[in-house]
Amino acid sequence: MICGKTHLRGNTVELQGPRGAEIIAAFKKAGVGIVAALPDIWTSQGLLWPLSRDNDIRLLRVCKEDEGISICAGLSFCDQRAVMLMQYTGLLDSINNIRASAVDYKLPVCMVVGLLQKEPDKKPTESKRYGIRIVEPILDAMGVDRILIEGSEDVALLPPAIDKAYATSRPMAALIGREVRK
Amino acid sequence: MMRRDDCFKALAALRGDAIVVPAYTAAFEWLRASPSPLNYFSIGAMGQASSHALGLALGLPHHKIVVLDGDGSLLMNMGALVTIANIAPRNLVHFVNDNGSYEANGNHPTPGKDRVSFAGFARAAGYPHVFEYDDLAAWQKELPRVLSLQGPVFGVLKLVPGEPLEMDYDFIHGPAVRQKFKDALKPILAKGRTSRPEPAVTQ
Repeated sequence: MICGKTHLRGNTVELQGPRGAEIIAAFKKAGVGIVAALPDIWTSQGLLWPLSRDNDIRLLRVCKEDEGISICAGLSFCDQRAVMLMQYTGLLDSINNIRASAVDYKLPVCMVVGLLQKEPDKKPTESKRYGIRIVEPILDAMGVDRILIEGSEDVALLPPAIDKAYATSRPMAALIGREVRK
Repeated sequence: MMRRDDCFKALAALRGDAIVVPAYTAAFEWLRASPSPLNYFSIGAMGQASSHALGLALGLPHHKIVVLDGDGSLLMNMGALVTIANIAPRNLVHFVNDNGSYEANGNHPTPGKDRVSFAGFARAAGYPHVFEYDDLAAWQKELPRVLSLQGPVFGVLKLVPGEPLEMDYDFIHGPAVRQKFKDALKPILAKGRTSRPEPAVTQ
């Protein structure tokens, strides 16, 4: 089922993505104090730029996504909650480190992953884009918990998913199915 | 050239309660030189030691973190030099064990082993302190000062392997060693909660 509030524009129905402010508020509700990130045009304007100006969350700009996975893993030993924000291409590029640092070691590595150009009215597995179609099956094969955030109403799923990751010491991924709005 | 085990003995004598993050073959020589629950072996995939160490350095800003990277490992995560230099954790010391070899995988040469300058990479990335050692006496003499500097500090150790060791990867990647590390961190974390945290920064 496709979630998300609809917005009428002319005669067409536009499915809207979540707002960045809502995701930042969800991070704070979950006690996230650090976000490691590589820019992704799907989340750039709505989420990453506002995060870069946020006084409560420390933004770490990394050069490659697997660095961020390791940084989050290291921080998890220090009782500090962190998130790696990236595009799905970065997730795919980081699979081996997620396998090792997060899954094998059973560490609470939390990832927020933009599904760039996923069609707003389609499930990720129904996308015409191969790279998007394979994301959920790969996470399932690896045993990584996942949630899908399509619109504002889905953002409420994020804090309990992060809480669960830390409570069970397991990785999780929040997939962002539509472009994040300002 | 220094022997790695000799080099590590000198560092072990000065580590105090520093957390040490050793990579690959060096991990086993380090384990023999300095067995401690504050050794962090859980570096995940090849190349990731310095990034795990950065997470620890940010999470424990008042505690010294020393990473013993490999040359092949660092080549696999070169961007980490830029990330670390940009974030500039004051408590991070980053050594790379440069033997020009993928030692854990059949001793094949690393690409460009006779031309690559890790010190040059680190300087260009913006590390404020960069050193290079190929002489044990110089390493022993300067190590106290190097460890006392405000980081991030980068040091290249030109070396050859020490005594051959049995390499028990199941041990260093297993859950028991992580639990010991977590237990050893508890008093450090408790102490850190009474310290003033690093300010949040925007970039």
